[in-house]
Amino acid sequence: MDNDKLPTGGRLSAAPLIGLGDKGLLRRAFLRGGVVATLSVGSGVAAAPLAVPDSSRLLGKPVANDAYGRPSKYEANIIRRQSPGLTRTNESSIAFTPLQNLFGTITPNGLHFERDHAGLPDLDPSQHNLAVHGLVAEPKIYSMDDILRLPSVSRVHFIECGANSGLEWANVAVPTVQFTHGMLSCAEYSGVLLSTLLDDVGIDLKRARYLLAEGADGAALTRTIPLAMALDDVLLVYAQNGEMLRPENGYPLRLVVPGVQGVSSVKWLRRIEVGDQPWHTREETLHYSDLLPSGKSRQFTWIQEAKSVITSPSGGMTLLDKGGYYEISGLAWTGRGRVKRVDISTDGGRNWRSTRLQEPVANKALTRFRADWVWDGAPALLQSRCMDETGYVQPAMRQLREVRGTRSIYHNNAVQTWQVTSTGEVRNVQV
Amino acid sequence: MCRFDLLVFASLLYLCSASLWAAPSWHGLGRAVTAAELAGWDIDVRPDGTGLPPGSGSVADGQRVYDEKCASCHGTFGESNDYIALAGGVGSLASESPQRTVGSKLNYATTLWDYIYRAMPFNDSKSLSANEVYAVTAYVLNLNELVPADTVLDQSSLPKVAMPNRDGFTLDHGMGSQTGKADVVNTACMQNCTSTEIKVTSELPAGFTAQMYGDIQTHFRHFDRSPLAAALTTTKPVGLTLAQTNGCFVCHDIDQARVGPAFTAIASRYQRDAKATAALRDKIRSGGSGVWGSVPMPPQAQIPDGDLLSVVAWILKGSVQQ
Repeated sequence: MDNDKLPTGGRLSAAPLIGLGDKGLLRRAFLRGGVVATLSVGSGVAAAPLAVPDSSRLLGKPVANDAYGRPSKYEANIIRRQSPGLTRTNESSIAFTPLQNLFGTITPNGLHFERDHAGLPDLDPSQHNLAVHGLVAEPKIYSMDDILRLPSVSRVHFIECGANSGLEWANVAVPTVQFTHGMLSCAEYSGVLLSTLLDDVGIDLKRARYLLAEGADGAALTRTIPLAMALDDVLLVYAQNGEMLRPENGYPLRLVVPGVQGVSSVKWLRRIEVGDQPWHTREETLHYSDLLPSGKSRQFTWIQEAKSVITSPSGGMTLLDKGGYYEISGLAWTGRGRVKRVDISTDGGRNWRSTRLQEPVANKALTRFRADWVWDGAPALLQSRCMDETGYVQPAMRQLREVRGTRSIYHNNAVQTWQVTSTGEVRNVQV
Repeated sequence: MCRFDLLVFASLLYLCSASLWAAPSWHGLGRAVTAAELAGWDIDVRPDGTGLPPGSGSVADGQRVYDEKCASCHGTFGESNDYIALAGGVGSLASESPQRTVGSKLNYATTLWDYIYRAMPFNDSKSLSANEVYAVTAYVLNLNELVPADTVLDQSSLPKVAMPNRDGFTLDHGMGSQTGKADVVNTACMQNCTSTEIKVTSELPAGFTAQMYGDIQTHFRHFDRSPLAAALTTTKPVGLTLAQTNGCFVCHDIDQARVGPAFTAIASRYQRDAKATAALRDKIRSGGSGVWGSVPMPPQAQIPDGDLLSVVAWILKGSVQQ
């Protein structure tokens, strides 16, 4: 799949790069070829022996010095952030995932984006129960111990807020990918298929059409879930990336509705009611409905359509070497199954080439794409474009606006453009 | 041989027997819940009024509750006091500045009741009685000029309140199901996809990022060549921190004698001693006196070996503070 060849000088071989890592001029000379034969390890570089630091001589800290563990102190700035001015309170607010700092496809638990509607509740798992009732033969209540004993599954899925990129329908509004796309995370979720539970209570399939999912937080957030999804792949989740959910992600129990806007993946889940009609809750009428230019709103716009974004280089970064090799890397996803292909452009969408996709490409999960790029030092416009397995191609901003206008807030899955200036600044722009 | 075959046969028979493949036992988990129990949580209200509890409330009663518990955020007339506006905006949804309020956006009045009961007041949700919620609902609908001032709402009247945006929603889109049809169609063109000039149509105003976010470079990882990296690597030496946290500074200072000798003086005395590390480690571990005067150095048995060696290394390197 890798059609991207480096220029003269061939593949990067390990040896000549040792000792040249921060010598941009030499690296560029190497990449441009012609001088490869004259370079070898150490030649042309100051000859002082490499220093042996204290870390190589002294005893380190004992094991379990930090019994749970945390990132290196040098990573202290890799954190979730709120977007200045976005929300009126810190309780009904959003903390964005720093996509610009992450690798691969799995979001670390401490960096999973957080959207609360009435603050972060403190739920004691020994006191927490899930009620399942409505159009069922036997309404039941399950303790957390009950739920952890049910047949379990683990699946990797993305969760994207329906309002992700919602600030940019009309114009550019924020500087970095953390704020343009950071209401997006991906994890291995463990729990029970909701269908298992619905089977256990004896759901009345003749009459049931929708479910209501309700949280145990102050907002008691409620969302209507269509039965077809509930019986397909909706998960009742208690664990994320191998450990119990973090409080901010729904501890001890949440719903995960794969491929659907994040608000449906109700956190701190306390109740599921089976019904025959949608509920038209506040979070599916006043909000989370997509306003069209006509003044009508599309309601129950559950699916997150195919989308992608380059996370490196991305807005706010500075390319320190003017010219030279940079890997273009980013994320792609679709609520309609698997990502099939991701193309990138460096000229604002005039010409495209396909990228390498990280395997395995999972269903309704983030997919990492990568491509080689040798920047010639001239201004560039970087874009990525996702195609999913249905053949759907991620649209340009202009195409989305032609149909949906600029007041929709939700479901902006347009192609993102990052401008690289001749000085190496990377900026968020629209074309 | 015969006996072995029999055993295999018996095992296979057992494996295939109904007892092993009977309905999974997990169906016994959880317990039945009664309607009386559910009443505490089953608070949802549907557009047809299903779920509304008995009770009633008037616009006048609602104003009293509203002024006390709602107006501080939503404004005296529902116009918003920096939070979500509850009134106004009818007819604005097709404009450049759509206002999403109770009157302009909700399609059913029951949604207002449901939301107030479950989620309001913001800092004390589920604290209002059913009567209070009927009353506040009536008042907010009155602020929106949707019910007259003498209105009393209850289970039967609330679902009948006509909302201006009743027909303002559409399900005519492809995002309601896995197999829905996309409304925006792009093609995967690869070469010369446009003949027109590609121009930047939107960018952030100069200075905006610094004003709103401060130094945006702190949002990125830098291992070298950046002020941030320098700041991160000039944290205090580990040895200094350990000397401070283990009480060494009670008696010692860096460059002047106190009860005990200055750390710099120790480094100076031992600078040509190949066994300095071991000697100092033992001295600190076991304590002693005589080298620097008569005041004894108390033994420091509590410091772990690794920490002790870090302190010694720090002293011998000259007790740098940065």
